Amino acid sequence: MTLPLFFFYVFSAIAVASAVMVVAARNPVHAVLFLILVFFNAAGLFMLAGAEFLSLILIVVYVGAVAVLFLFVVMMLDVDFASLRSGMLQYAPIGVVVGLVLLIELLLVAGSFVVSPEVASASVLPINNGVDNTKALGLVLYTRYVFLFQGAGAVLLVAMIGAIVLTLRHRPNVKRQDPVKQVARRASETMEVVKVKSGQGL
Amino acid sequence: MDFINSALDYLLGIPILGWGVHVGFVYKALLLLVALLVFTAFILLADRKIWAAVQIRRGPNVVGPFGLLQSFADLLKFALKEAVIPAGADKVLFILAPLITATLALGGWAVVPVNDGWAMADLNIGILYILAISSLGVYGVIIGGWASNSKYPFLGSLRSAAQMVSYEVSIGLVIITVLLCVGSLNLNDIIRAQYEMGLAHMIGLPQLTFLNWFWLPLFPMFVVFYVSALAETNRPPFDLAEGESELVAGFMTEYSSTPYMLFMLGEYISILLMCAMTTVLFLGGWTSPIDLPPFTWIPGFIWFFLKLSMVFFMIAMAKAIVPRYRYDQLMRIGWKVFLPLSLLCVIVVAFVLQLTGWGWHGGVA
Repeated sequence: MTLPLFFFYVFSAIAVASAVMVVAARNPVHAVLFLILVFFNAAGLFMLAGAEFLSLILIVVYVGAVAVLFLFVVMMLDVDFASLRSGMLQYAPIGVVVGLVLLIELLLVAGSFVVSPEVASASVLPINNGVDNTKALGLVLYTRYVFLFQGAGAVLLVAMIGAIVLTLRHRPNVKRQDPVKQVARRASETMEVVKVKSGQGL
Repeated sequence: MDFINSALDYLLGIPILGWGVHVGFVYKALLLLVALLVFTAFILLADRKIWAAVQIRRGPNVVGPFGLLQSFADLLKFALKEAVIPAGADKVLFILAPLITATLALGGWAVVPVNDGWAMADLNIGILYILAISSLGVYGVIIGGWASNSKYPFLGSLRSAAQMVSYEVSIGLVIITVLLCVGSLNLNDIIRAQYEMGLAHMIGLPQLTFLNWFWLPLFPMFVVFYVSALAETNRPPFDLAEGESELVAGFMTEYSSTPYMLFMLGEYISILLMCAMTTVLFLGGWTSPIDLPPFTWIPGFIWFFLKLSMVFFMIAMAKAIVPRYRYDQLMRIGWKVFLPLSLLCVIVVAFVLQLTGWGWHGGVA
């Protein structure tokens, strides 16, 4: 067994185990932390597969930002998981049946999945070992798929603006500071220095 | 057997069956680790001394000459005290949090090129690795604050979560402007690009290397990066996660002895990592400021640590002279000032590079 293979088994074993724990953990915060562990190990698997850019972007975006906000929300919520779990045995049989159906479907699809030899040989984008995958991704994303890429960006932007519009409330009569105004204030505009002679007053 | 041999190669640096590539890897890593920890001990002292000097105090001056051994005395004290775990705390996570902070901070140093070719791992995506590692640093704080099961630590960790995620965005954009000029994500390439092209070459004096460095053409980004680095590492004036005037000691309130020391160590090492990042991105890394004999005799790693110490001095001065920001002002400056500014800069730099054909073309892709 070579070292990469060993790490492959380590990463996948931890990923699968912590994926199970995401569902099984009693405490929601623990569940989210296990989810983060799954992300982290997936990043390790990407790294082993030679996709170092995807691997680190997964860590930066999912682990470093998305999961933080997720954890943020879960920590603030006071969810009583005991009450949520109370009806678990009652619904378990239906869940098992749905799961089994999905599993059988997946096995059927995956089992019949064959790459025809012509397609495999006539690969559209040959793997180029001379270019590292950051550059390779960039070359594909910004030339061949630039419109799709920009379109995806626009969709995300619309979603973001939508979320802000839905939650933004303008409350009247709220006192706000305007830092620009505060910084632009000069002593000469706001304060008058008066020389007062002693015994005379103003 | 093959696996055991290769694992032994990694662990001991002894080639058993032709895995000679990794000879001494562990020794080098250990050397870097020890050097870094000793350096951190003196940086801690320097921080306190600078702070004291600004306030016309002496600072630590009892242990050793000029208080030089103060940090080592502190280390002994931290290590010998009893670690108290609060009864209501989540014990596993409570212990895990400082470990995460310290390990991640040290792990980031694996790719820092201290001298030409001295990086522990010369990754072709080194800068992305550092960004990833520093974005994980927030977990130590969040988990520590939550696991303490107490009000102030929790408030501190919530503040810190929002703060670090916000400032990561502007740090990322600053890094992108530098990467646009370099065309490579390798840290050594970034330094070489600053050596081989730039203003000094344009005015015909290639010896004046310090004019080449990116701090000059990308000056606004240099400032944004410096301020964001302060916010990202929870340094004053942005240390709202700690905020001792309102939150006791923030997320560290319940921590004592060795776990507390790990938090502090991790914090200082990630500050040093940010200083190293500034040095690499904007101050030419291990290159000497003037490419002429008396300066070029000094080895690169000394230049690197001189520059790093200078950036740290700036950070220490910020702690000494700037009052703490209010939380809403911190968020405002991150999202409404730095984000648009750095986004604009990315666009402007990309346009300029495209129109003039400037930029470094010596990269190996």
